[in-house]
Formats: sequence, C-alpha cells, structure tokens
Amino acid sequence: MVQFTLPKNSTMSEGKVWPKPEGAKNVREYRIYRWNPDDGANPRIDTYHVDEDDCGPMVLDALIWIKNHVDPTLTFRRSCREGICGSCAMNIDGTNTLACTKGADEIAAVVKIYPLPHMQVVKDLVPDMTNFYAQHRSIEPWLKTVTPEPQTEWLQSVEDREKLDGLYECILCACCSTSCPSYWWNSERYLGPAALLQAERWIVDSRDEATGERLDELEDPFRLYRCHTIMNCTQACPKGLNPAKAIADIKKKMVERRL
Amino acid sequence: MANAGVETKRPLSPHIQIYKFIPTYLMSGFHRVTGALLYFGTLLVAAWLVAAAAGPDYFAWASWFFESWLGWLALLGYTWALMHHMLGGIRHLIWDTGAMFDKQSATMLAYATLAGSITLTVLIWIVGLLVY
Repeated sequence: MVQFTLPKNSTMSEGKVWPKPEGAKNVREYRIYRWNPDDGANPRIDTYHVDEDDCGPMVLDALIWIKNHVDPTLTFRRSCREGICGSCAMNIDGTNTLACTKGADEIAAVVKIYPLPHMQVVKDLVPDMTNFYAQHRSIEPWLKTVTPEPQTEWLQSVEDREKLDGLYECILCACCSTSCPSYWWNSERYLGPAALLQAERWIVDSRDEATGERLDELEDPFRLYRCHTIMNCTQACPKGLNPAKAIADIKKKMVERRL
Repeated sequence: MANAGVETKRPLSPHIQIYKFIPTYLMSGFHRVTGALLYFGTLLVAAWLVAAAAGPDYFAWASWFFESWLGWLALLGYTWALMHHMLGGIRHLIWDTGAMFDKQSATMLAYATLAGSITLTVLIWIVGLLVY
C-alpha cells in the first residue's frame, strides 16, 4: 500500500551529538540512524565525528571506528569487508550500497546513514530480512529436472554457461529490492528485483527443465508486473548487476511463449 | 505474519524521505505525475469541445477562461505533461525491447525525456503563438 509518510512510531528526531576526537585534523561528520528496541523511544539521528587519519577509507571502516572509539552500542551487520557477503548493505548518502565497498571520499561532506529503506528495524542499522529471504525461497532457487540423473555432471556448453553471467553473482544483500518504490509499497505481494533476478537465473539455465512452471509462477499482476522500470535497483546494485534488465527479459519471455 | 506483535512495535525505516532523487527515479515519478495530470487536462479539452457544441455563448465563456492567465498556465502545463508523458512512453517502449538498460543509457534517456519535453513544449507554443 502506498503510504508516503512514516508511521507514528517511526518518525525520526535529532539525537545525541557525540564529542569530536581530540587533536584530530581530518574529521568527517557522520549522521546515523539509531533505534533501540529496549528504550521505547522513536528513532533518532546521532551525530559522530570520525578521525579520518586514524581510520580506514571505507564507510564500514568508519562505522567500526565509531563502535571501537566512540559508541560501542552502535549496531550494524558486517562480515567479509570485501563486498562478497552482503551483510553491510545500508542506505548511505541517499542510495543503497555496501558500507565496505563505499569509500567515504566518494561523499562530498556529511555521511548520512540509514538502514535499508522501508524495512522493519530490529536495531539501529539492522533490518528484518525475513520476508526478503522468504521471497528468494519462493522462486525455488535450485536445479529442477525430470530426466533421469546423468552418471556424471549435468553438462552445459560454454555458451549456455555464459548466459548465467550477470545473474549468478548476486549476493542477496537486498540493496536493489529495498531501493524499489514498487517494493516499498507492495513488498508482501511483489517479489522485488533480487528474487526476480534469481528467478531469471534459473529460467535461463540450460540444465533446468522447469522453465514453463517457473514462468507460470511469475505470471501474476503483482509478483512480476509490479516492476515499472523505475531503475533504482540497477542504479543501486553494488555488484554492478542489472535486475531491471533481468525482469524485462522475464517479461519478454512471457510474451514470446504466447506467440 | 509471525511475531505480529513484535513487528508492529518495530519502526519502519525511512524510504521516500531519504532516498536520493537520481535522474531515472525522478523521471519515473514525473511519468506518473504527468499521467495523472493528463486526466485533468483532458477534462479541459472535453469542456472546451462541449462548450463549442453548446453554442456561441458557452463557447465565448470557455474562450474567456482559456485566454485568461490561469487558462494559459493550465494549457502550458497540459502541453508539457502531454509531451513528457509521450516521451516517457517512448522510453518505456525502448525498454520493452530489452534495449538501453545499462546505467549510463538509462540515465541518458531520463535526461533526454526531460530535455525533449521542454523543447517540444516551447516549440509547440512558438508555433501556437505565431498562428494565434
């Protein structure tokens, strides 16, 4: 449902301004979304000052620096710190991306950080991903076959394998889905760009024998066709993938199979 | 949903309030808004035609409105909305073929839609004012 304003319990107010590091020459201001489930208060925006001479270059480095030096209660997900786990996905400087691959120097001045948009917040920058993962599960992201299993592997030509390029690299960070207004308004019925990119990954797999059934499952006014090519997904993807193109390719297959 | 009680207590993270208006996003919004404006503009056209059919008195009254500054403003807005929505439609037609989905082309198309709609509006009004 389209609702432009935030619910009463979700409106944000000015939070705490944490002291500047003493004697630091290169200080960058960070304004970060905070919400603590234990204090019953609304979310607030805290202001931190990071000593860039004492800190790594990425936004994730700054978050860890804040947690270590200023405020140990700041809560966020992170793991690999090299853009392959997808844990540190968040809204930085107005667009969704991975904190670990976003350089602080890419941002002009103040770094504003929010959790992934239009999600239930568990704490601070940690959103509840339950629905997102359930949607990925719903497209049945595994090989489905009816022919008897071969003695060795399911073989695939080099050309057919190349069709998976640009699809298999998805790390399910949810930057794309949570950048999409259609997903904001209809996340319970629209599958969103991440799940649909994975649907396409299995639809184009030459070894998969359930292409028709997969398309049948998507032939729905909401699951697939809520995509209005807004393109936020493609613009946001930190892996440089193109969910909007994958969705367009599924839509094309829907038409082509009727001809 | 499971844990309904817990989830209603949890805040919803900000979305439209904080997302950066990158060109493709903005032009998608413009396409929506101009589409909605066209309903209103088409009503104006219909009112004008009805007035013409209803007789000279009604037509004079309608002409008075359309030649007022408010009428001109409405017509200017309608021209732009029509041009912008038309070019937006062409942009979607291109995308429906699977072409121009890369980030640079999509952004270029977004700028082209805006520049094109403004250019066409100006041209239409120059021609309109010349024959007026």
